Amino acid sequence: MLNGTEDEEKWLAEGIAGIQHKAFYMHRALDSNNLREALKYSAQMLSELRTSKLSPRKYYELYMRAFDELKRLELFFKDDSKHGVSVVDLYELVQHAGNILPRLYLLCTVGSIYIKSKEAPAKEVLKDLVEMCRGVQHPIRGLFLRSYLAQISRDKLPDIGSEYEGDADTVMDAVDFVLQNFTEMNKLWVRMQHQGPGRVREKREKERSELQDLVGKNLHVLSQIEGVDLEMYKETVLPRVLEQVFPDEYHLQTLETLLGACPQLQPTVDVKTVLSRLMDRLSNYAASSADVLPEFLQVEAFSKLSNAIGKVIEAQVDMPAVGAITLYVSLLTFTLRVHPDRLDHVDQVLGACVKKLSNIPKLEDSRAMKQVVALLSAPLEKYNDIVTALTLSNYPRVMDHLDIGTNKLMAMVIIQSIMKNNSCISTADKVEVLFELIKGLIKDTDGADVDELDEEDFKEEQNSVARLIHMLYNDEPEEMLRIICIVRKHTMVGGPKRLPFTVSSLVFSALRLLRQLQGQEGDIVGEEASMTPNKIFQLLTQIIESLSAVPSPELALRLYLQCAEAANGCDIEHVAYEFFTQAFVLYEEEIADSKAQVTAIHLMIGTLQRMNVFGVENRDTLTHKATGYSARLLKKADQCRAVYACSHLFWVNDQDGIKDGERVLLCLKRALRIANAAQQMANVARGSGGPVSLFVEILNKYIYFFEKGNKQITSSAIQGLIELINTEMQSDSTNPDSVADAFLASTLRYIQFQKQKGGVVGEKFESIKL
Amino acid sequence: MNFLLGAFKPACNILITFSDAKTRKQVPMKKENGQMVMVPLFQSQENIAGKISIEPLQGKKIEHNGVKVELLGQIEMYFDRGNFYDFTSLVRELDVPGDIYERKTYPFEFSTVEMPYETYSGVNVRLRYVLKVTVSRNYGGSIVEYQDFMVRNYSPPPSINNSIKMEVGIEDCLHIEFEYNKSKYHLKDVIIGKIYFLLVRIKIKNMDLEIRRRESTGSGANTHVETETLAKYELMDGAPVRGESIPIRLFLSPYELTPTHRNINNKFSVKYYLNLVLVDEEDRRYFKQQEITIYRLQDS
Repeated sequence: MLNGTEDEEKWLAEGIAGIQHKAFYMHRALDSNNLREALKYSAQMLSELRTSKLSPRKYYELYMRAFDELKRLELFFKDDSKHGVSVVDLYELVQHAGNILPRLYLLCTVGSIYIKSKEAPAKEVLKDLVEMCRGVQHPIRGLFLRSYLAQISRDKLPDIGSEYEGDADTVMDAVDFVLQNFTEMNKLWVRMQHQGPGRVREKREKERSELQDLVGKNLHVLSQIEGVDLEMYKETVLPRVLEQVFPDEYHLQTLETLLGACPQLQPTVDVKTVLSRLMDRLSNYAASSADVLPEFLQVEAFSKLSNAIGKVIEAQVDMPAVGAITLYVSLLTFTLRVHPDRLDHVDQVLGACVKKLSNIPKLEDSRAMKQVVALLSAPLEKYNDIVTALTLSNYPRVMDHLDIGTNKLMAMVIIQSIMKNNSCISTADKVEVLFELIKGLIKDTDGADVDELDEEDFKEEQNSVARLIHMLYNDEPEEMLRIICIVRKHTMVGGPKRLPFTVSSLVFSALRLLRQLQGQEGDIVGEEASMTPNKIFQLLTQIIESLSAVPSPELALRLYLQCAEAANGCDIEHVAYEFFTQAFVLYEEEIADSKAQVTAIHLMIGTLQRMNVFGVENRDTLTHKATGYSARLLKKADQCRAVYACSHLFWVNDQDGIKDGERVLLCLKRALRIANAAQQMANVARGSGGPVSLFVEILNKYIYFFEKGNKQITSSAIQGLIELINTEMQSDSTNPDSVADAFLASTLRYIQFQKQKGGVVGEKFESIKL
Repeated sequence: MNFLLGAFKPACNILITFSDAKTRKQVPMKKENGQMVMVPLFQSQENIAGKISIEPLQGKKIEHNGVKVELLGQIEMYFDRGNFYDFTSLVRELDVPGDIYERKTYPFEFSTVEMPYETYSGVNVRLRYVLKVTVSRNYGGSIVEYQDFMVRNYSPPPSINNSIKMEVGIEDCLHIEFEYNKSKYHLKDVIIGKIYFLLVRIKIKNMDLEIRRRESTGSGANTHVETETLAKYELMDGAPVRGESIPIRLFLSPYELTPTHRNINNKFSVKYYLNLVLVDEEDRRYFKQQEITIYRLQDS
């Protein structure tokens, strides 16, 4: 193995010597016009080619020697005055050789003369030759033999205009011949790769690549057959060529020829498959290595393919939509692989597809639909970035042609892609396009059967949209505002079912913009009117108002409160007040459910408590309202809790927060009263005590305010309350309530703890006697 | 006796000439000593006629007990040397006993001679036709001269000539289907056919088609069988894959074939076989042999 090359040199030298030796005798026979001897020695000479020891490269050297000798032999054969045998007889005579390889070389040689003599139709001789060559199945020897056949027959094909032109279908014969030879060579070539043990695989591959040229020559011959008109070429040649497993670069380089005639194919020819297969292969080829990409550019593969497809589709009117779209998918895949940077190509493909789709009614073929989805998904997968896809103007137009379900599906795919890649859509234009794309999710499409909607699917879709809204972001407030406006425009038409999902996202998005504005406040000098917080608040009001159509008062209420808080942050009192008003109005008019009322009350109280923007008057009005609502709740327990919560409205622990101890106490006392009433009502109604825990809760409030320094809350009041609770607990009518017991116990423990702390706090708590 | 006579100069020259010698086709024939001679060619039912001239050496007279010419068809078995089986024997008396002083010419004719068998020269057996002229003498032994001639008989194309088609194989290893276009070929025929590979699990190196001649002589326990491979014709070089079909085109003319002879006079048979041989890379041979019939077709 080590001196393999050396050995090879030796074998090659031996082979050449053998050829020279036999050729010498052959020459002598030729000179003396001795046909029999000439045949004998030429066969012997050619037997040197039977070696299996040489690599293709070395074998080629040997072959060339023999080739030169064969040319001399050919001259001799041609001149029948020298040997006196007719070419027909000669054709038989050479077939007497016992060894196949010499026999076939001789046969090919005589065959070429036979054709020239025109004693038999060229096509028959060629057919015979190409058939007989099947006898050589050894890849290297077979390849060279067939290459010899190709070589000597090249100028003798029954091409149109050639002197060997036959009657009918003559070009067809020429093409058939070349193709068949080519097919067989490919088979041999492919077979090489499966030969030999694994360790020499690499070597094999190298050898194979050395032989590529040999195989490829056929394509050149093919392209030189003038009589091949487009129709025939595509109808027969291309499908057969494409069947072959042969190097992709051949396809690439002959692309023009290959594509030239596609459109003129008969509809019966499955040109679609042919082309898709071609493109798929080319894409794979392109993907295989970056080194080959320049080749694609060089041959302008894309534009050629694109043109070809366009023409094919144009020409084949009856082609089903799915076929056309499949073609486009292939082309798209191709361009994505080959020219990932050329978005215009992608757009062009989509545009062409739109054009095709617009000629046909709404797609109903599910296969076609699948293809369209594939078409649309491909760029997403490739770029992992919807932003890129958004620049494709034809993208939404393609989506328009999907049916409703598929459209939604596609929209979901898009959204998921955005989520997955965490891509941020940052310009209004893109947002516009994006919403155009996903409009299947945004609004009801005409003719959609609402009943059929699956509730869960719908929720998921809408949640996705809501999530999507959060992905739209720009640091530039103005742009952000524009984005919000666009989103609003789109979502507002979504109808009552969608609004609850989208509006909150939108509101929070707008609120984020507000905070953003605040953050930059210092920079904004002489800002245009459009960008004031007021403007945004107006927008927010409008957005939230849209919920009234749903109706979804609870949600609207929460959003109003959020906005109020934001207005508080922006220090705009009247706006905040307005939002509260809206919230309260909603509470009064729309929220009838008692549970919802409880929740709403607590929300309102909580929000109101944090407000610091209000002047005394406004605040009074609002707190008054809030306490009023609290006292009018249905259940006593709810009333009680709401009322004691209201106590916080009068006590804000901030630096300059309101600290109205008196009214705090009023609230707490009122709460106590209500708790009492509840207790009594329970006694009357059920013969057992009501919830003691209410008292404990109130006690906690007492302790809280006591601790915070509310002078109105005294230790004796707390002490009194504790006693009250203890009494309540021990009364016969009270049911044992472990939760309340524990609650009380830990409250008392807290007091004890504070006592022991010592210091100011300790002193304060000391006064409470337990 | 003849041997002894050969040591001396014969007393006379005997010349046998055929009446149509000028026009009759001459074909080469290998003599016992290996020399090729040209002999006239006949076929069954022909008239064999000519002249025999006897010319004594100068001044000598030949005293004889009669002159005759015989037409003999003989089968000679080499392992049974010296024994001739005459299956045909015709005699013409040319002269009554007397003396020959000078050259004397006798015409002779055997008309429509039945010669059912062809001249054949094989490994162990020879079938020949000969004219034998005998000048009988009382002393010094008879003077004998031989003239060989060849007989070939022609057959019309057979009315039934089926192709030979067969699928053979070794389980899970090799399955092939082969076809020869006919089962009966004439001597200048071409064997056309193909081999179709249905399954190939062995690494085939090459494939040959052989023409084998099987000559059996004698009968019963004494049968001698001799098989020769007359042609070894490579059909395929390299290893085919499944689905490959390899063409066969074998011209028979270059080979020295004879027609098939079946049980000639209960003495011998000559049969021909096509043997398809596949050789794998370990030089194992896989083969299948099929008999073909060879006949002589009249040249047109």
